[in-house]
Order: sequence, then structure tokens, then C-alpha cells
Amino acid sequence: MAEFLQFLFSGLTVGAVYALVALGFTLIYNASDVVNFAQGEFVMLGGMVTVFTAAAGVPLPLAALIAICTAVAVGLLLHRFAIEPARGASAVTLIIITIGASILLRGLAQIVFDKQFHKLPPFTGDTPIDVFGAAVQPQTFWVLGGTALVVVALYLFLEKTVLGKAVLATAANRLAARLVGINTSLIMALAFGGSAAIGAIAGILITPITLTSYDIGTLLALKGFAAAMLGGMGSPLGAVAGGLLLGLLEAFGAGYISSTYKDAFAFLVILFVLFAAPNGLFGRRMVERV
Amino acid sequence: MKSLPGAKSLLAFGAMAVGLSQPVLAQGTVKIGSVLSVTGPASFLGEPEDKTLRMYVERINASGGVAGKKIELVIYDDGGDANKARTFATRLVEDDKVVAMVGGTTTGTTMAMIPVFEDAQIPFISLAGGIEVVEPVRKFVFKTPHTDKMACEKIFEDLKRRNLTKIGMISGTDGFGASMRAQCVKVAPTYGLEILTEESYGPRDSDMTAQLTKIKNAAGVQAVVNPGFGQGPAIVTRNYAQLGMTGTPFYQSHGVASKSFIELAGQAAEGVRLPAAALLVADKLPENDPQKKVVTEYTKAYESTIKQPVSTFGGHAYDGLFILVEAMKRANSTDAKKVRDEIEKTKGFVGTGGIVNMSATDHLGLDLSAFRMLEIKGGDWALVQSGS
Repeated sequence: MAEFLQFLFSGLTVGAVYALVALGFTLIYNASDVVNFAQGEFVMLGGMVTVFTAAAGVPLPLAALIAICTAVAVGLLLHRFAIEPARGASAVTLIIITIGASILLRGLAQIVFDKQFHKLPPFTGDTPIDVFGAAVQPQTFWVLGGTALVVVALYLFLEKTVLGKAVLATAANRLAARLVGINTSLIMALAFGGSAAIGAIAGILITPITLTSYDIGTLLALKGFAAAMLGGMGSPLGAVAGGLLLGLLEAFGAGYISSTYKDAFAFLVILFVLFAAPNGLFGRRMVERV
Repeated sequence: MKSLPGAKSLLAFGAMAVGLSQPVLAQGTVKIGSVLSVTGPASFLGEPEDKTLRMYVERINASGGVAGKKIELVIYDDGGDANKARTFATRLVEDDKVVAMVGGTTTGTTMAMIPVFEDAQIPFISLAGGIEVVEPVRKFVFKTPHTDKMACEKIFEDLKRRNLTKIGMISGTDGFGASMRAQCVKVAPTYGLEILTEESYGPRDSDMTAQLTKIKNAAGVQAVVNPGFGQGPAIVTRNYAQLGMTGTPFYQSHGVASKSFIELAGQAAEGVRLPAAALLVADKLPENDPQKKVVTEYTKAYESTIKQPVSTFGGHAYDGLFILVEAMKRANSTDAKKVRDEIEKTKGFVGTGGIVNMSATDHLGLDLSAFRMLEIKGGDWALVQSGS
């Protein structure tokens, strides 16, 4: 039982991060059909900016806020100077642009910050909490709580505000949204800013557990993308479910099967799911428009 | 690509111009080449190597050069890419016409460059860790860093002294972790050790509690060894403390022998043991230690000029450069073949990595005394006295 719980918490922590990255993917994908491969770099920015501003003597909460603002600014710049000018281009072109942006951001981070690994102190100490025999870091609860908060906030925003509904409308049909007077360009900017903020929050929450460095985003983007595909690209609920599921698969795979094959195991499950349901667990059925 | 006749003659002219300008210099120069991973994923190895080479070549030239000639250093950055490394190696041999090469940051880039220097019969002193660089022995290839096999042996020696014979292992799946794991598994029986359980983690994994829980629940594990590199071992160490496993002795490898490991792992690093070069504990070595002088001088020179904490990787470059320079001095020549023969005859060279005694069958020349067993105490390294 203790063992099971240990694996469970391990999986949930990692899964929550994948979920946040996947949410970022979803938000931008919905607004623009673009899979933003610079999503991982937002996570990196969140962690790195916090580390460096905190090291400069800024109190942690303020440093975290600065980091989120920086990431949002980068997200908006990315949209304004890379995505917006290529408006008419196909989704594939835009995706390639985001890959370029991610390489650029990583390179810049290498110069602006450094190439070392960095850590943040845990928000509330590092004495492990005993949960029925499983030792859990207090930071784990911050990650889980933070993720839940982001998900709820995003849900409320999308469902209860006019602006949020405009995002959903753009996601459903961009042309129709424009016809009813929605500024889809603004919505896209909003999506980039929003997903940058979500990414940065993820980065700040996990840095005390996982450490951070200029190139931490690459793998997170990959795992987050897998999570988004598993849950169904474009579905916020699917992103969260997919992220948590992927994290749990990895942890239980490592714990009960073999740590050597844990990634293979997780990806195998994803493959099987996608065979059975090509649009993911919660994906909308795609209708090909002619 | 077609070469333009115009460009070719221009090159020839350039070469001639260089040739003509040569006698103007009082003593002439000797070209030493280097290909390092100054940028890219191995940049934390390549950068101190690059800085060390530049700094010491400048110093050597300021004090009159070697064998009556000034050293001209040609450094290329391969970005950690073995393909690029090979291209640059060819360039060093064919265009720059270097006499010797000190470089090759990673085992991957080194292995890619070996054939080039073997064919050209130019001595190549590698700065890479892998044992395959010098095993089997190649006529023109040498190396300075300790091998992962030696690290395993050093750890196992310490385990044996503490009468711990049943161990668990958790290793990274990256090149370094996988290679050291294989070496450890190979030499464990010679030390009468039994590896009860084995786990692994990806180089970018962020949580290893699942693997450690398995080791924790395996009956009879008396110590845990973690061959790994980068941030992985820091996370493993933190998870180890999180799971309350600190009662079981925990060994890291020389792959994490830098201050940043202690910083990243924090409180959890207390009591962790690891083998490392003397350079890391320069100020803690007893006065009568043969390496004391070399390592303190290198530390002082590096830290005062570069303004960064010293790392063992820069030390490997220092060793490589000076083994080469001393060989040139002994040969009193800069002929590649004569220099090679003298490198092989290196005896009693005191470097930052240990005392080097090379031979025709040993192109590394270090023994286990090159490693010191360290324990992390109070956020700093402490030498483990033999017998404790």
C-alpha cells in the first residue's frame, strides 16, 4: 500500500506538470490550429527567471510574478513577430516557426542566463510528509494544488466570461467567429499570452522538485505534446487527463514493471489508445471540411 | 562542391604568404590543434577546457615557448557533434597541419576523430572519460581523464573496506551512466560484491522515487551506487533523502564531482560519498601530498584569471597540454613521431588528475591513487581517511 501510494504521488506530480504543458498546447491549438513547440520554453522561462530574480534578492512571490510576466511578454512577442506576420501560412509552416522560436529561446537563455542547473527552495520546507507510509515532498502538494487552480481558473474563464466564450468560438470556427465580430487576432494573442503564463506557472511550481536549466523545455514539450494527443488535442479536459495518465503510467511502469522500459511502456499505451480512438480520449471527432 | 581554380590559387598564395612570414618571427611556431565542445550539451566540460588551454598556451609563450618555438593554438568548437568534430579534425590535419592535438571533449567526439589522427600519424591526447579511447591501445591516441572503470573500482574498494557486499544500483541511461554501469557490473565480482537490484532513469527524468522505492523494498541492500551525470544524480540524492533512505550508505560517481552538485542536492547530499580527482579538494590535501603543489597552483591560476570555480574538466586539459609540452621538451623537437614516442615515455608526470606513468600498453597511465574518496560533510567535501 505504501509502495502503491509512493508511485501514485510520484506519478501525479510529474503528471500534473505534463498536464499544464498540455493545457498550454491546447489553448494555442484551439485558437490557431498551431501546435506551439515553444511551449516547453515557457516552462523553462518560468523557472529560470524566478531563479535569477530571486538570486538578485527579489522575494520569491515577486520573483515568480516577474517570471510569469516575462513569459507572457515573450509569448506575446512570439505571436506578434513570428506568428502574426505569417498569418496566411498553413498550420505546418506555423508549427515549424514555433520550433524555430523554441531553438532561439533556448539559445538566448543560454546566453542571458547560463548553462548550469539551478534550484529554487521549496515553498514550504522540504521535510517529507508521511501519507500512509509514503514519503511525499510538501512541494508535491503545491504542484497538485497549483495545477488544480489553473485548471479551475481556465474553466471559469472559458465558460463564464465573454472573452472566454470568444476563445471557444474562435476554436469552433474561426471564420464564423470573425463574422460575428470577434477579433480573432486578439484572441490568438490572448491564447499565446495565456499559455505562456500557464507554462511559466508550471515551471515555477516544479523547479524546487526537478531543478531547471536552459534546455529543460525540450523534453517537457515532448511529453506535454504526447499528453495532449492522448487526451485529445484541443480538449482542455483531455489535456489534464492525458497529462496525469502519462505521469501515472511512467511511475507505475517504473515501479511495477521496469524502469528501463518505463518510457517505452508509456508510449506503447499511448499508441494503443490512439489506435482505438484516433482523436484521443476526449478529442472531438474531426470533420473534414471540403 | 567544385573548387574554383581562382579560390585555390588564392589559398595557395595565402599559404605562401604565411610561409614567407614565418622567418620574420624570431623562433617560428609550433601548431597545436584542439577540437572541443565549447557550446552544446557538453559545454560545461568544453568551456573550462577551452579557457584552460588558452590561458596556459599564453603563459608558455610568455616564458619562451617550447623547444625554442612559440605555440600557436588552433581551437575549433564542435558543439558536441561527432560529425562536426571529425570535419574539424580533418581540417586540423590537412589545412592547419598541426603537430599534435589536445582535445576531444566527449567520448563520442573523440571516437569520431581517432581515425583521422591515426591515419595522419599525429599524436592525439583526448580529454574524454570513456575507457574505449585507450582500450585497445592505439599508437597515436592518449588520454588524461580517469575512466569510469576506475571510479567503480574506487567505490567498490571503499565498500569492501566497510564490509558492505550487497548493493543496489540506480544508473542514468545517458552515455556516461550506461557506460559506467556496464563497467561496474563487470568489476563487481572481482571485489566480491553482489548487485541485488538494478534500476535506471532517463537523463531528463524529474522524479526517481518510484525506482528508489523498489531499491528500498529490496531485502538486504547494504549500499546504493548511482552512476550518473548532470542533474539526474542530484534529483536521485534528494529523492533518496525524501524516502528516508539515508541510513544506507550512498555513493555517487565522479560525474557529479563539482560544487554545483552539493548546491543542487542541498541537505540531502550530506554523507554521500564519491570518488573524485585531487583537484576538487586542493586546499584540503595534506602538505606532503605529491599533487598538492600542482593542484593548488592550477586552482589559483584558473580562478584568478577566469574568475570561475575550478573544475576537474579544465584540469584534464591542463594535464593534456603539459604532457605534450614536456614530451616536446624532452624530444627537443616538434616532429609528430618523435613527440609521440616521448608522450608514451611519460613517467612520474604530476598532473591535476593524478600521477601519470604511461607505457606502450597503457596510454592513460593513472592508477587508483588518482582518485580520492570524498564524503560530503557540512555542505563541503571532506577526504575520507582510509580505514573509516
